[in-house]
Amino acid sequence: MKHIILYIVFVIFSFAGFSQEAKDDSSVDHDFELELETEYRYFYKDALFAEQKDHFPAFAIRPKYTLDWNKGYESINFEGFFRFDVDDERTHWDIRELYYQKAKSNWELSVGLKKIYWGVTESNHLVDIINQTDAVESFDGEQKLGQPMVQYSLSTNFGTFDLFYLPYHRKRTFAGSKGRLRFPTIIDKDDVAYESGAEEWRQDFAFRYSHSFDIVDLGVSHFYGNGREPLFVFDQFGNINSFYPVINQTGLDLQITHNAFLWKLESIYRSSDAQDVFAFTGGFEFTISNIKNSGIDVGLIGEYLYDDRDELALNALQNDVFFGSRIAFNDIQDTSILIGGISDLESSSNIFSIEASRRIGNSWKAELEARVFSNISDREFILSNFKNDSFLRFTIIKFF
Amino acid sequence: MKNTILAFTILFAIGLHAQTAEERGLEIAKAAEQADLGFVSSIVNLKMTLKNKNGQTSERSLSTRTLELIEDGDKSLIVFNSPKDVKGTSTLTFTHKIGPDDQWLFLPSIKRVKRISSNNKSGPFVGSEFAYEDLSSQEVEKYGYKFLESNGSLLVVEQDPVDPKSGYTRRLVTYNKDKGYRIEKVDFYDRKNSLLKTLTYSGYKLYKNKFWRAATFNMVNHQSNKETLLNFSDYNFDANLTEEDFSQNALKRAGQ
Repeated sequence: MKHIILYIVFVIFSFAGFSQEAKDDSSVDHDFELELETEYRYFYKDALFAEQKDHFPAFAIRPKYTLDWNKGYESINFEGFFRFDVDDERTHWDIRELYYQKAKSNWELSVGLKKIYWGVTESNHLVDIINQTDAVESFDGEQKLGQPMVQYSLSTNFGTFDLFYLPYHRKRTFAGSKGRLRFPTIIDKDDVAYESGAEEWRQDFAFRYSHSFDIVDLGVSHFYGNGREPLFVFDQFGNINSFYPVINQTGLDLQITHNAFLWKLESIYRSSDAQDVFAFTGGFEFTISNIKNSGIDVGLIGEYLYDDRDELALNALQNDVFFGSRIAFNDIQDTSILIGGISDLESSSNIFSIEASRRIGNSWKAELEARVFSNISDREFILSNFKNDSFLRFTIIKFF
Repeated sequence: MKNTILAFTILFAIGLHAQTAEERGLEIAKAAEQADLGFVSSIVNLKMTLKNKNGQTSERSLSTRTLELIEDGDKSLIVFNSPKDVKGTSTLTFTHKIGPDDQWLFLPSIKRVKRISSNNKSGPFVGSEFAYEDLSSQEVEKYGYKFLESNGSLLVVEQDPVDPKSGYTRRLVTYNKDKGYRIEKVDFYDRKNSLLKTLTYSGYKLYKNKFWRAATFNMVNHQSNKETLLNFSDYNFDANLTEEDFSQNALKRAGQ
């Protein structure tokens, strides 16, 4: 990994150096920020597997640096991450972003490690495929590893075209022996193989077309390369054989914004030699704003989740319903709460969650998260391993 | 007989040209719009100071880019610089003269662009005394008008919002006819028609010999006794921004 990063740094700076010569505006802006975070996770039910701990004090550091010139049309952006935790596998560092970007009239080029987000739904992120999920970092899958790429984006009157060249694949990390939210066997990420002979150096490509017109926001994407989700296959001796398949994935994301309603749909079709997958998430978000002139907004979210992999779906969302409510107080401290629950329509399994946050003073923030696994059916291939892993997480972040 | 005809003709002519209060109000609003036409684009930094009724303050800073459009409403891109936990959070708004605005929100932590509903007109903008509708582009088509009074160069016009989702029954806007119809003061009346807020503009400066811009907006809420102060600095009318600077890619760039 180290030499790849050095290579990327070299490429970025040669690009930046090349363009420096051509620049016409000499004003350079730069900005450094730092976040320090202390976190405490408490799993209040007895662990299912030996060695698993209940208490997880942790801390994290997030440095961020941006340098821009040419009126902001050229920039170098860096975002680092380090986490120290009781679970050795959760102790990790990453370069979330380190890329050079140049924008000119209707096109934009980015070279380096970058994060890309695709999608519209809240309970599941099907279409979002460019970055590997930082699976030990958060439960909701929204934390991502930096992905090496060359991205070219072209805006036209009939939509935006994005082309991605992805020269390197990053493996997913799973919890270690002390960690919760894991399987009975510990999965060492180095033991997960590749279907492709080129392994992590398989040269992958992705494409996305997106367009916003009237009340419609539409995205159509295709990815061809090493899958981000590993496949787990059992041999006749019961051993797990896991690998990253070569996949073709076509995605659709659609949002219709009509008055206070957001109507959302995400769908994917993924094919590989080992497995074909069809999945979709669809639903709505409805916001009642400024209730009785209190300034408080209450959003109601309802989504249906379907995945034809049944119990082999790594995210365990095969035929489920999500209901949630987002409450934004719109106060000086930006207090907000998101309460939700995913319910399996075929079994008794439920996952409830609360996420709340509030600014303290001017440069601190407190966050509270709770995930509760309730009545998890033993028929759930993945989730049954997590049935005692309900937890509370409390975080304080200081911003510099 | 001749005189009678003449008298009728004169009366008829007066009748044709006598302006109703509604017509005069609309005319003033249009004159104000006309006077500000042609700024093309602007960039400005903005410091927002929120004061509660005990005088405790909290601050936030933003940067706003605006692109003038003639046939439809303006486009704007707002980026938060502080407080630090929301730094990089940005909004892109396409205002429309008729119908709801289009709005996108960029969340920098997960790099997500989210289309949001612009339905919330009356709610507070980031905990301040400014409602979303107070800060959106002021298009002539968004109000009904009625001229109330003049006092020297000051003209007071009542404006009734067309949108039923507005938090106001009416606004009383004081224009300064001799200073390019710039707005000096706005009184806001809530849905029960009682005085809710007063916005006063001060520190006006003339840019490019045509465009009056106030350095300070002071919004006082008479019902809660809270106050929000906006201080504008570094007005730039020479950036020559184009539509490309108001795309979703530009929104992501602004917040990175």
